[in-house]
Amino acid sequence: MKRFAALFEALDASTRTRVKTDALAAYFREAHAEDAAWAAWFLTGHRPRQAVPSKRLHLWAAEAAGIPLWLFEECFDNVGDLAETIALVLPPPAHASDLALHEWIESRLLPLRELSEAEQKARLLGYWDQLGGTARFVFMKLITGNFRVGVSALLVMRAIAQAFGVESNVVAHRLAGEWSPSAAFWKSLVDDVHAEADRAGPYPFFLAHPLEGDPQALGERDAWLAEWKWDGIRAQLIRRGEATALWSRGNEPIAGQFPELMADAQRLPHCVIDGEILAWRDDRVMPFAALQKRLNRKNPGAKVMAEAPVIFLAFDLLEWEDEDWRVRPLTERRQRLLDMLHAIAGGTRFRATSPLPAATWEGLALARAQSREHGTEGLMLKRASSPYGVGRPRGDWWKWKIEPYTLDAVLIYAQKGHGKRASLYTDYTFGLWNGGELVPFAKAYSGLDDAEIREVDAFIRANTLERFGPVRVVKPELVFELGFEAIQRSKRHKSGIAVRFPRMLRMRKDKAPSQANTVDDARELAGWENAA
Amino acid sequence: MTQLIESTARGLYCAAGGFHIDPWQPVERAVITHAHGDHARPGSAHYLCAAPGLAVLRARLGEGASIQAVPYGEPIDMNGTRISLHPAGHVLGSAQVRIESRGETWVVSGDYKLEPDPTCAPFEPLACETFITESTFGLPIYRWGAPASVAASIEAWWRANAEEKRASVLFAYAFGKAQRILAGLDASIGPILVHGAVDAMNAAYRESGVALPETKLAIELEKGFDVSRALVVAPPSAQGSPWLKRFGDYSDAFASGWMAVRGQRRRLAVDQGFVLSDHADWPGLNRAIEATGARRVLVTHGYTAPLVQWLAERGYEAAAMQTRFEGEPGAEA
Ligand SMILES: [Zn+2]
Ligand SMILES: [Zn+2]
Repeated sequence: MKRFAALFEALDASTRTRVKTDALAAYFREAHAEDAAWAAWFLTGHRPRQAVPSKRLHLWAAEAAGIPLWLFEECFDNVGDLAETIALVLPPPAHASDLALHEWIESRLLPLRELSEAEQKARLLGYWDQLGGTARFVFMKLITGNFRVGVSALLVMRAIAQAFGVESNVVAHRLAGEWSPSAAFWKSLVDDVHAEADRAGPYPFFLAHPLEGDPQALGERDAWLAEWKWDGIRAQLIRRGEATALWSRGNEPIAGQFPELMADAQRLPHCVIDGEILAWRDDRVMPFAALQKRLNRKNPGAKVMAEAPVIFLAFDLLEWEDEDWRVRPLTERRQRLLDMLHAIAGGTRFRATSPLPAATWEGLALARAQSREHGTEGLMLKRASSPYGVGRPRGDWWKWKIEPYTLDAVLIYAQKGHGKRASLYTDYTFGLWNGGELVPFAKAYSGLDDAEIREVDAFIRANTLERFGPVRVVKPELVFELGFEAIQRSKRHKSGIAVRFPRMLRMRKDKAPSQANTVDDARELAGWENAA
Repeated sequence: MTQLIESTARGLYCAAGGFHIDPWQPVERAVITHAHGDHARPGSAHYLCAAPGLAVLRARLGEGASIQAVPYGEPIDMNGTRISLHPAGHVLGSAQVRIESRGETWVVSGDYKLEPDPTCAPFEPLACETFITESTFGLPIYRWGAPASVAASIEAWWRANAEEKRASVLFAYAFGKAQRILAGLDASIGPILVHGAVDAMNAAYRESGVALPETKLAIELEKGFDVSRALVVAPPSAQGSPWLKRFGDYSDAFASGWMAVRGQRRRLAVDQGFVLSDHADWPGLNRAIEATGARRVLVTHGYTAPLVQWLAERGYEAAAMQTRFEGEPGAEA
């Protein structure tokens, strides 16, 4: 438990990815298999159910600390977290414990749920007296069922890979399904990863560069394949041997989120295909918000799947009948992809993109102007003869995105940034006018250069009207032009709208706050009818 | 009971003796508990402080101020009231003010702590009928660890950074906290650099006979000075300032009692938080109050309301006393 608490401390204190990965890798290398398994289980977002009701914890902690309940509540209000409040108010432990993490979990924490109230209390008071500082905090976070620490599952997987010198996507694959944190599982994870490596891993995704300027510069239109740029989840489907796997671009296995795709995938021959997962209905892409409902939700129910049905829109074939096809020309890969998908009787949720027919660059520019009507972000331009590259080499794949939407909005709240910018106010909330009041509609962090950031920071410090914790309410004076990719309806936002990828395009010093845009302007931009 | 000391527009006032304690507006006679900015303000005609605090008070008030310094424990008479100053353990020269008038004794704590501190005399418990106490950390969530283990963890952090060739920037209040940290350090780890604000107070401490390790003023470093093993002690106000650029890709930390709470630690966005305060923690406040034997306790700046209610439930005649003292500076100081 002490080691796990020390790991938590290291992860909690640092904002540097490398420091976190190193701390995790060191822990996994040194920990016993059963402890490593539990640690990985917690750190990848699994949580035991709350073992003891919160109300009892309040009462017992106050009693153990020798303070009245009202004073405990006063402390809780100040700290804001039950586990931490308990860890802080209790006197230092009178005993020490060298019990390992898995023993704390398996023989102490997990049995608690089933015990009588009196027995729970007796044991908890005893445990509290054996844990100090961070260990007590971590134990209480586990008991209250809300253990969280600032690492992504992906980072944990990378650290395990680093600790044992194996491929991280293989680790990811093994940890993605259902597993129970046992020594046996951990050993099989660490031993088998090498064998697993060739079976179900994705190829590195080939990425496009943004096209700036005129596509004429790319040369003959004929040498290029043009298709819509879809705003979905970029993914690779792998069919090899007995294995079927679905990987996102972040090398996360996402098969569990899309069971209908996995069912259809069984009808595909051995292959690896690259494409976008999209929410799709009536031969049209649904707004990204629909797809969002499917994300990070394993084993979705029938209702969720019916509300946001998905397809896999394939645009490339990387492997065919266990042979790596990436070096072949794009036209050849696509032909095989089309033949393969057409050969499946009755069709599947796997479809192929259609190239845009426009014969000239001007024609393509016209098509691109209609991207929004098609629910796309613009065009992809790919050299017809190109291999499937690794990483992001320039020259063969371009994304020719549509210009962003823009609105002028007023800076109303500010918060300090993170990491290197932690001392400056760099996280801004912007408001639009709505019936004489500014309502928040977007948050943006990026787009300003260092000099502008310092200027805005100084303005914020000198023009703070109110503070709520870390948030400063700022005098509504600065106007910014914001760019963003899409406008969606949102019940969660006071403005009734939410925007995708907002960023600051420039400061509009020429504009008074009264000249900023209104919520109605935003609705008009989105093409919705404004209520009278 | 009589009201020997009351809170007035200018500050805590003792009518019988005709003097103020730590007044927030200029007065004729000001008794100063210690030289922190919220307790020692300029503009009064005459000041009285404890002898060990003379140099630091001068550094705060300037050469022109009229300051009388008395040794700890030595009584002086003011209009027939007998007052004496006693160690509060807060910072160099910090004092509790003991006031005796017509057989009744009051003690004003100023700021205090009970933990040992190599840079100042330890807190002295004083018997009294009425105790006026601070309450900066007056909640049971605040319990300090042993100062020696905090010092060890500061050194461990510094050493680990030095091994990675990264400077260690430690933010600490320039008067008191900074010197307390410096006094115990193992200076063999690397050079110790200080911000100008810390340097000025170091000088006053050294002048007062407190031993501090050798420090260099950061702005006076010769070109090419290797900062990769350095510890840099700077006031919290330096956080985010261009002054820090000279230390490259440094690791930063903050030493304060507020670091006990994770949310407060995270808000500051430093790599490390060291829980170190010059104020009494919850057990310390309770122990100090109990040791006075006072029946009446008046509570000033901090978590006033909960401490008052807690004391009242334990049979004390407890009440809040309004002041303009500010407690331990946090993020914005
Ligand atoms: Zn003070
Ligand atoms: Zn104070």
